Amino acid sequence: MSSLTLKKKPARIIPGFHLSLGYTMLYVSLLVLLPLSMIFINTMSLSWAEFIAIISDPRAVASYKLSFGTALTAGLLNVVFGTIIAWVLVRYNFPFKRIIDGLVDLPFALPTAVAGIALTSLYAPNGWIGQFFDFKIAFTPLGIIIALTFIGLPFVVRTVQPVLQNISAEIEEASASLGATRLQTFTKVIFPELAPAILTGFSLAFARALGEYGSVVFIAGNMPMKTEITPLIIMTKLEQYDYAGATAIATVMLVTSFVLLFTINIMQWLANRRFVH
Amino acid sequence: MSIQIQNVSKRFGTFQALQDISIDIQSGELIALLGPSGSGKTSLLRVIAGLETSDVGEIFFDGQSITNHHPKERNVGFVFQHYALFRHMTVFENVAYGLRVRPRKTRPSKAEIEAKVMELLRLVKLENFADRYPTQLSGGQRQRVALARALAVEPKVLLLDEPFGALDAKVRKELRRWLRKLHDDFHITSIFVTHDQEEALDVADRIVVMNNGKIEQIGSPDEVYTHPNSPFVYDFLGNVNLFKGRLHNGKLTHGEFAIDVPDSHAHTQDDAVGYVRPHDTQIEKTAVTGTVPVTVSHIHLLGPIVQIELRREDMDEFLEAELSKEHFHVLQLNVGDHVFVRPKQLKVFIPEDFSI
Repeated sequence: MSSLTLKKKPARIIPGFHLSLGYTMLYVSLLVLLPLSMIFINTMSLSWAEFIAIISDPRAVASYKLSFGTALTAGLLNVVFGTIIAWVLVRYNFPFKRIIDGLVDLPFALPTAVAGIALTSLYAPNGWIGQFFDFKIAFTPLGIIIALTFIGLPFVVRTVQPVLQNISAEIEEASASLGATRLQTFTKVIFPELAPAILTGFSLAFARALGEYGSVVFIAGNMPMKTEITPLIIMTKLEQYDYAGATAIATVMLVTSFVLLFTINIMQWLANRRFVH
Repeated sequence: MSIQIQNVSKRFGTFQALQDISIDIQSGELIALLGPSGSGKTSLLRVIAGLETSDVGEIFFDGQSITNHHPKERNVGFVFQHYALFRHMTVFENVAYGLRVRPRKTRPSKAEIEAKVMELLRLVKLENFADRYPTQLSGGQRQRVALARALAVEPKVLLLDEPFGALDAKVRKELRRWLRKLHDDFHITSIFVTHDQEEALDVADRIVVMNNGKIEQIGSPDEVYTHPNSPFVYDFLGNVNLFKGRLHNGKLTHGEFAIDVPDSHAHTQDDAVGYVRPHDTQIEKTAVTGTVPVTVSHIHLLGPIVQIELRREDMDEFLEAELSKEHFHVLQLNVGDHVFVRPKQLKVFIPEDFSI
């Protein structure tokens, strides 16, 4: 009997499990949970009636609709066009492909205010693009959607790209040899493989768009009840030293975002379940 | 369905994958495309399936040219080396795929599809796995799903690209016997690609031996094994011993050693090579004419057969002999013994690809 066989605990192949788990917990708590819980703690200083009054203020309610509506639209637009861009970047070879590939990341790197100013000057009624349209683009929800689509673009492209790269040409050939048309091959074989990645990209782009402030304030015009986004309302309240009011609205955003992201995660888990058993 | 392949050539960049390939395949034949990697066998299979287009040449199914047809119009079942199953579909859905994507007019009803799929799953002995996903299956099971999926569309031709290449030896043997049986039951014209000569000899009606994008020899397994028409085919289809020498007066000579080569009186050649299979390499205890003195250097007991490594005493070369266990016990060989080797079936190839 060697002493090794007496050890009941199975040995892990890669060491450092406890250390890395402890570190992860601490990191997530310090960086995510603690700051977020401050929002609730600050909100606690309000009475329930005050809280309800603040969050159900018509101006706030209009801003929720605008923020969630535009973020959702921008996320969906990015799903469509981001997937197309990822497809083109993976499947085709063309001159300056690497440069275009690099350009995709630019919305990440650009200070959002710069993006906002640039987009506003383009889409303003007398701007380069805005002048060709009979209706206003900048200073309307349409302008907000454009800004949010801009800043959310890299998410879908960068999540779909590697998955698409890993899909072997063989399964497309198998589909074709079984008599499927190209459209059927895409909808029945390729898209289901991409779906989890697209969902991830969508939730990232959507979450980013919800919290976006810098690029939107310029192009939105910030008219109360019309083009005022929720982060702006929070900002306004903060500037008036109404911390409790600001955190009350932030609570609404936080809870709603959490519920939405949680739902997306469940959908993703369902979509992924078949791949990993 | 019969297949005619006429003068097909294919080039990838500077690499000539196929060079003027012509094969006539009878309806219901089981053909093996055999060759080393890079010999063009897979390219040829893909050209037949329409997954690749040939630069020159034509392909006919039953006398009709399908050279420019899209894969989906060829009615060909293709089985990929790495199965290429749809991961997000169950086994049932995978097999049903080819029927479900048919245009509404020719699509069978739901009940018909279900009946057909279950019948195929019974055929491949996977009826209890219909609801599993491909990741939950073993390699052999996945390959059987891939085969059932290819058969579901009732193809006129079945093409298999190294179908058993990724499986272990036992499963491989089982599956290839099973494929042979399936073929005998269905009589569907089938072509499979392999680099394993044993697999080709075991299963195929005819073997097409390929090398460097060209056909070396076409023939029945027995023909290509016992009458190979080139050193390459001889070498590729099994182990071989080489006897280099000078061909003169109907004899292959090298130093003291001389052996009769029938039908070679007309030729005199300085650098001829005699080829002998290890099982045609006979070991003698005493010297007779036409034998080579050797020393036993290794004895490998491989179940019923015994492989013996022999070192030639007249030059620095090794020979290999294969004999049955009984014969081995009769001879009572030990490592270090001095014995004599006589090639029983010598095949002489001389340069310029001429063979006697």
